[in-house]
Amino acid sequence: MKNYYIKNRFLILRRFTQLGILLLFFLSNCSLITINNKEHLIFQGNLESFTKNERNLAIANTKTELIAPPILMGNLSGSKILDFLPMSDPLVFLQVFFAGGAISLDLFLGFLVIVFIYGIFLGRGFCAFVCPINLITDLANFLRRKLKIENIRFVVFSRQTKFAILALSLFLSFLFGILAWESISPISMLHRGVVFGMGMGFFGILAVFLFDLFMLKNGFCGHLCPLGATYSIIGAKSLLKVQYDLDKCTKCMNCVRICPENQVLDLIGKHSGFVNKIACIKCGRCIEACDDDALHFNLLNFKTKKEKK
Amino acid sequence: MNPQRRRTLKSITQIMGLVSFGGLIWSAYLAEAKDNTQMLFPPAARDNFLSTCIKCGLCVEACPYYTLKLSSSGIKGIPFFTPRDIPCFMCEDVPCVVACPTSALDKNLLLTNNKLDITKARMGVAVVDTFNCIAYAGIQCDACYRACPLIDKAIYLEYKSNTRTGKHALLLPIVANDICTGCGKCEKACVTEIASIKVLKHDQVLGKMGTNYIKGWDKKDEERLETAEPQKKKDSKNHALDYLNEESL
Repeated sequence: MKNYYIKNRFLILRRFTQLGILLLFFLSNCSLITINNKEHLIFQGNLESFTKNERNLAIANTKTELIAPPILMGNLSGSKILDFLPMSDPLVFLQVFFAGGAISLDLFLGFLVIVFIYGIFLGRGFCAFVCPINLITDLANFLRRKLKIENIRFVVFSRQTKFAILALSLFLSFLFGILAWESISPISMLHRGVVFGMGMGFFGILAVFLFDLFMLKNGFCGHLCPLGATYSIIGAKSLLKVQYDLDKCTKCMNCVRICPENQVLDLIGKHSGFVNKIACIKCGRCIEACDDDALHFNLLNFKTKKEKK
Repeated sequence: MNPQRRRTLKSITQIMGLVSFGGLIWSAYLAEAKDNTQMLFPPAARDNFLSTCIKCGLCVEACPYYTLKLSSSGIKGIPFFTPRDIPCFMCEDVPCVVACPTSALDKNLLLTNNKLDITKARMGVAVVDTFNCIAYAGIQCDACYRACPLIDKAIYLEYKSNTRTGKHALLLPIVANDICTGCGKCEKACVTEIASIKVLKHDQVLGKMGTNYIKGWDKKDEERLETAEPQKKKDSKNHALDYLNEESL
């Protein structure tokens, strides 16, 4: 049993961070309200259960935060850690800029924090470790394997499409003066839905799930998502990379089979080195799938880089 | 023949086609959604609110009264409130505006002598439906007047004699459009089945006099002339008699 945990250590870590971040966001919006000297817990600001004869008993009662100060406030579009350190979605920042909105200090600082963390260390790790849509697309991929429909695809388009959509979303933001991607993004719908209530956003998430399950493998994250494209560009030179060792490899191709962006593993079976392609989401699935210990995470080692030259 | 080049050209045209098709649907959706924002925004929402709000919901979490919600129609995720459900309670420290990380809720719009002043908020304007308001029907009611946080300023009562009975008074609620903050407490308090006083956005309610009408007795109103643009003469350049000679009437 211990072997299972070691075998799936990155998967467990990812689920832990993904769900943990969602839980912290969710809890920060939970509150307590006192009605007739009785405390009630309220999720997502929903007061409907207090309606009596057309009157809502909760109105004009003040709420108290469940955790004060909340560890993580807001949602993934914009958040604050311990009511102090801002973080903002880099694509949201760009859209505000192109839509002609006001750039405030907090928004800019939040953008810098993100660029610093992902630009220097984690690269596109956001997609694997933070983005909640990863839970949906991983489920679709899991079902694909179970239903043995791994190679079915109804539409085929290039993985570069996401960069075109990134450009398009910035252009449309500029054209319409609103945040174009934010208003249709299933990622935003999901994390906002968890924190503030789902509403119609559910259908956007269902669409991504069905698209990934039946239309195209890893279709949304790999081919369409402009946020993933943004993190790709931000993290192009990030230090955390997967290192491959040809000498240990038995060419079983388990890593390529499980990788959601398997075009980045083009060096498998050819030469040792780092996975340098910007599309790599650093999920570590290839490392777990490898039974020969040929792959592992490495902070990009400058010494080996020199030796190669 | 270079098959590699052919493949690249094919994939480029494919992406271009896909993007233009997607862009078409997307922009149709955006135009539709943007038109659909008559909801009331939190206090101090700036003019270009839709291009600055990042839908993070920090204002929703900061509001101590569950007033604010994030929209699930039109442009999704925009903070708004429905006064008939929960009005804005006009907190003096305006926690929602303080919490906003992007200045989509702009503190500067509320500052008076470097202090936040919630009465400067302009979320909307209350409008009385005089046809359905029971005070206008002669039944005594001053629920909205009493509920108003700026009583006698934003809503005042006008007394008129009731000509139908000949011996009663009508107490008519009148909204001062320039003082009303649009908090919606009047709409919440209204006793009719559907509220007869409602808060609407400014552009749905307010007109504009234009600089060809100036209240000469009002010094402040005259100041509008100083920034006025010269108006183009819109009269026809043809002489008045021409149309008679041309018989084109």
